[in-house]
Amino acid sequence: MTAPVTTSIDAPVATRRLPAKTFWGRALRHRSFVLGGSLSLLVLVSALLSLVWTPWSPYEIDIASKLRPPSAAHWLGTDSFGRDIVSLLLAGARSTIAVGIIAVSIGLTFGVCLGLIASAKRGWTEEIIMRFSDFTFAFPAVLSAIMLAAVVGPGMVTSIVAIGIFQIPTLTRLTRGSANAIWAREFVLAARASGKGKFRITIEHVLPNILSILIVQLTIQFALAILAEAALSYLGLGTQPPQPSWGRMLNDAQTLLFLSPMLAVYPGAAIAIAVLGLNLLGDGLRDLLDPRLARER
Amino acid sequence: MAERSTMPLIEVDNLGVRLNTSRGPAQAVRGVSFSLKRGETLGLVGESGCGKSVTAMSLMGLLPDSARVTGSIRLDGNELAGLADADYCRLRGNRISMIFQEPMTALNPMHTIGNQVAEPLRRHKKYSAGQARQEAIALLDRVGLPDPARRIDAYPHQFSGGQRQRITIAMALACEPDLLIADEPTTALDVTIQGQILDLIADLVEERGMSMILISHDLGVIAENVQRMMVMYGGTVVESGPTDEVFRRMGHPYTQGLFRARPKLGARKGTRLKTISGTVPELADLPAGCTFSERCPLVIDACRAALPPMADVGPGHGVRCIRTDVSMAANVGALSA
Repeated sequence: MTAPVTTSIDAPVATRRLPAKTFWGRALRHRSFVLGGSLSLLVLVSALLSLVWTPWSPYEIDIASKLRPPSAAHWLGTDSFGRDIVSLLLAGARSTIAVGIIAVSIGLTFGVCLGLIASAKRGWTEEIIMRFSDFTFAFPAVLSAIMLAAVVGPGMVTSIVAIGIFQIPTLTRLTRGSANAIWAREFVLAARASGKGKFRITIEHVLPNILSILIVQLTIQFALAILAEAALSYLGLGTQPPQPSWGRMLNDAQTLLFLSPMLAVYPGAAIAIAVLGLNLLGDGLRDLLDPRLARER
Repeated sequence: MAERSTMPLIEVDNLGVRLNTSRGPAQAVRGVSFSLKRGETLGLVGESGCGKSVTAMSLMGLLPDSARVTGSIRLDGNELAGLADADYCRLRGNRISMIFQEPMTALNPMHTIGNQVAEPLRRHKKYSAGQARQEAIALLDRVGLPDPARRIDAYPHQFSGGQRQRITIAMALACEPDLLIADEPTTALDVTIQGQILDLIADLVEERGMSMILISHDLGVIAENVQRMMVMYGGTVVESGPTDEVFRRMGHPYTQGLFRARPKLGARKGTRLKTISGTVPELADLPAGCTFSERCPLVIDACRAALPPMADVGPGHGVRCIRTDVSMAANVGALSA
């Protein structure tokens, strides 16, 4: 090794980093990450807030004051049962996030495991898993929820399970595809040459290298889960009354669309904010977790 | 111990490997036999796709699942062909190690180099984290990485290609393997670094009494680093013998062609490099007889009829050619070139 080579990449240079080179330093400069993060945070904070406080009870029906316009008492007015819209939106965020988190966790657990197994085993195992995943993929969430609701009845659990199942094939395919690319890398061969088994390689080499791809996909899957939850609640297959949810609010509003159109706009806007926020967050993370940039840590 | 040192460490007998390629099944290696004692070094030389790496991978048990291995590979008398993967895992990195061609990609970018060097020690030798770390520093020091104690927690991208190759060598040698397979260890490196790395490998092999199989397409690398050599073409060994002997009296037209095709220092300006006409045949459609018959200047009809047997032309020197009478008369060995 010649002297200039060793000094030019000496360790102090690598550790002495400007703030702009750290993850958060870069993140806070990234426009869509900041915007997406704020919107997602807004939804999350609303959901958490609704656990301890809402301006009115979202279950309190007051027919006398139904369909009120926005006022000091009811900031966004009331719906056809006289329930406070703000309270309904806050409580609706809770159902949305709960369904999203649980459904995505189901999809993630099964999808990632199946994808990693398919990629590590190859051959027949891979073939069976992938064909099974194609089969599941052929049924949209709404269809599987209808089938499931027909068997066990509609409800939050039904919609969670249906959305969860619908998430599995997408994540299986993504995991298997990116894991296969890692398995073909030389450092995996080197790890095998040093005597590591397939399980160890999967945990220590494959998973860490596909994590950033999975994190980005996760935000998109979460957005899809929110949309699916709203659709199922709208159809009456998801969250059941009186449990508030954005999809139910849309459903309630549709009969009064000409009388008070704003009733449909509020939950619609809430869904749009959540989905947009998560998608922007995903875009931002994709840039920030790009290995070519992330390497500079 | 006396018996151990005379018994071959690794014995390969009539090794054949059949791979499933996109163009159908291909006999990537056939009839490869050799044995290697402790401390001996063997070179495998040939063009890309001649079966060098497939031979190495079959010794490591790292061929794709679809590959079919025939013949036998014995390590200290124990059969390795068809060994279960879990049992093979105990050998790899412990008794047989490998150095790869691309140091830039042979290290996992997500783990520190210290962890990657210490890994095999922890698994095979059951060292504690502290012990393994100390040993890793010692190993990195031995392979010539500057200031290893301070740089052990750095990530691979913070090192140059030559330094990374030193790190992969440290990884491969961590458990003091009996056999080291070096697959084109210097091909991806700068010429100035190549010599240093080869010297380092040679020193370590001698110091630890390891056996080594060095794979290269570069005759110069082979000439300087191994005691015996095998020239491969189209999945078969076309010439084998002690390195000096083979370079002095090259018997196979292919070996001679390879030798003529090497670039020479001090050649007159404008001198064209000699080439071997034609291209390496696809392994899926090798010619029926001698694998080199399509490109051989001395080809006769009999060459295309059947794969020629290995013929002895000197002490331990075999040539798979039926025209050695002509080829060796028109000798182009190192001395006459």
